[in-house]
Amino acid sequence: MSASHDDHHHGPAKGLTRWLYTTNHKDIGSLYLWFSFAMFLLGGTFAMVIRAELFQPGLQLVDPNFFNQMTTMHGLVMVFGAVMPAFVGLANWMIPMMIGAPDMALPRMNNWSFWILPFAFAMLSATLFMEAGAPNFGWTFYAPLSTTYAPETVTFFIFAVHIMGASSIMGSINIIATVLNMRAPGMTLMKMPLFVWTWLITAYLLIAVMPVLAGVVTMMLFDIHFGTSFFNAAGGGDPVLFQHVFWFFGHPEVYIMILPAFGVISAIIPTFARKRLFGYDSMVYATASIAFLSFIVWAHHMFTVGMPIAGELFFMYATMLIAVPTGVKVFNWVATMFRGSMTFETPMLFAIAFVVLFTMGGFTGLMLAITPADFQYHDTYFVVAHFHYVLVPGAVFSIMAATYYWLPKWTGHMYDERLGKLHFWLSFIGVNILFFPQHFLGLAGMPRRIPDYALQFADFNWISSIGGFLFGASQLILLVVVIKCVKGGKKATAQVWEGAQGLEWTVDSPAPYHTFTTPPDPKLIHAQ
Amino acid sequence: MRNETPAAATIRIVKRLLLVVVGMFGFGFAMVPLYDVICDITGLNGKTSGRYAQAEPVPVEDRKITVQFMAQNSEGMSWYFEPNDAQVTVSPGEVKVVSYKARNPNAFAMVGQAIPSVAPNEAAQYLMKLECFCFQEQPLAPGEEVDMAIRFFVDENIPEKITKLTLSYSLFDITDYEISGDEITAR
Repeated sequence: MSASHDDHHHGPAKGLTRWLYTTNHKDIGSLYLWFSFAMFLLGGTFAMVIRAELFQPGLQLVDPNFFNQMTTMHGLVMVFGAVMPAFVGLANWMIPMMIGAPDMALPRMNNWSFWILPFAFAMLSATLFMEAGAPNFGWTFYAPLSTTYAPETVTFFIFAVHIMGASSIMGSINIIATVLNMRAPGMTLMKMPLFVWTWLITAYLLIAVMPVLAGVVTMMLFDIHFGTSFFNAAGGGDPVLFQHVFWFFGHPEVYIMILPAFGVISAIIPTFARKRLFGYDSMVYATASIAFLSFIVWAHHMFTVGMPIAGELFFMYATMLIAVPTGVKVFNWVATMFRGSMTFETPMLFAIAFVVLFTMGGFTGLMLAITPADFQYHDTYFVVAHFHYVLVPGAVFSIMAATYYWLPKWTGHMYDERLGKLHFWLSFIGVNILFFPQHFLGLAGMPRRIPDYALQFADFNWISSIGGFLFGASQLILLVVVIKCVKGGKKATAQVWEGAQGLEWTVDSPAPYHTFTTPPDPKLIHAQ
Repeated sequence: MRNETPAAATIRIVKRLLLVVVGMFGFGFAMVPLYDVICDITGLNGKTSGRYAQAEPVPVEDRKITVQFMAQNSEGMSWYFEPNDAQVTVSPGEVKVVSYKARNPNAFAMVGQAIPSVAPNEAAQYLMKLECFCFQEQPLAPGEEVDMAIRFFVDENIPEKITKLTLSYSLFDITDYEISGDEITAR
């Protein structure tokens, strides 16, 4: 089956303006993905500066204030510039094709929500070249560090966050409208691929919390420039209030970065295990439960600020409860692989690494949830190791898995499997050398966000930095693989992967510029 | 299914979602008063409530509670700032007057503002202040020294297990700020 009957329709416009004016979901998806990759390299460069400085004790390369700017910019660029836009890019490319829609529901808004992003990050990055320097208060920008004691460039940071928030909100509205309104006949909610489900729920999370983020930076703006005292104790405000409002956004935010990853993994594992996904319904309910729980656990980030014992117990148990739906998901992935005829192409390797390493990150999360233990772990490298394990071999690996998985569909060519596997193994080994020793550093008491450290931390930092350079350098292989694949390679079939299921595999490879201008045959959906 | 065109359905969904966005933006700001209310009820963060303006309390003689006093300057504040008494022992309901000494050692006039905090946190709601220097700004001329009074009592409903509490003041330099009187009395 192919959708080439609409080939007579006009193709993409020519030249640069094609990308500026495009309202095509595939073009915008590609823009998001390229932008995200550029930001991944930029944020990665900042990380390399951090690891180079921490390579040995003492102050070698950068002064402490610049080091703080690096940790801050690394976090902001990776969270808002790399991971989130990558998932929005995948959503743009895949959701319409997965639900049999011709495009997103609001194509013009789609164009806008992408094109404001480069401006936000240009503004944020420009602060590096200003006299006051880039933001240096950590990506969590706790007041009063980010208000009373902030560099003057904080205002650029605030407006950049406003723009990123607006972009995310528009993107989410678009995704929700598309999923609720544009599904092909026969594509009922409980027939949707899990990637669509997880994105639908993620989009609701974004709509609920990005406005709160916009609110909190607006309060900062008022505190800094208009004499209000939201977070200024001298004027009757409370810095702890900042942490509550920030983490009310911040905790759902971390699920925003992982739920679409669950969707990607739930697509890839069945394909290469050649079995249906085990427990589809429970996957949907587990995702929804995680999303709900994400709103009532925020204070576990701030156990040490002082809370009544009842509050600490509530947030501890609520946090641990999240392990239940997450455990359901991991169980389902393993059960899908169980007795499957598995093959280990690059996307599957990344997916399996995701399941193993994300679970490890989840376990350290459980350790951090234990309130009394958290007093020891708080603000140490143990926290750094935890969230990098869920974000790098978690979210980032899933994005890479998705890239390898759908690359033949996007470009019409098979990628270089040998290079792909090389990229996987170097990344897998690199990421573990990079982050695993950080657990030990944290347990031994090394604080985060410090440019210099006591001598007893030297060996593990040395190992960690070597892993960092290895992981960082291997990402260039991904760039080579993608460019090679765009330029040419073995012709991909429509099906691409033997065991792949879903509407996106019924259209040609590369996917025609316009797909499903007439809805797909409902029989195709029922066959899934 | 509703009887509407896809475009109309999209507009309906977008309108609802925009409402959620506006609502959540408002909710972010609503967290500010909400937080104050919750702190007031639970004594979270050791925040004391404002001026006590009800009937004079009756002392309960059979219990004794030690109230300790601390003072600290916030960053950049250069005043001498100390309590005149390190601690007093009171019965619940007994009104006591203590004082802090502040001196501006600089050659220029400054304005200070003291912010109270009580430990343990749950004791905060039982510390009642009839009069406190923290209710006003404290302008001091160059070299001026003042004694600043607090009239307070400990509420008789304070839990049995609390026998000692600490009232700590942080002094902020607000010379360059303009804070309205309403905001201060709200503390």
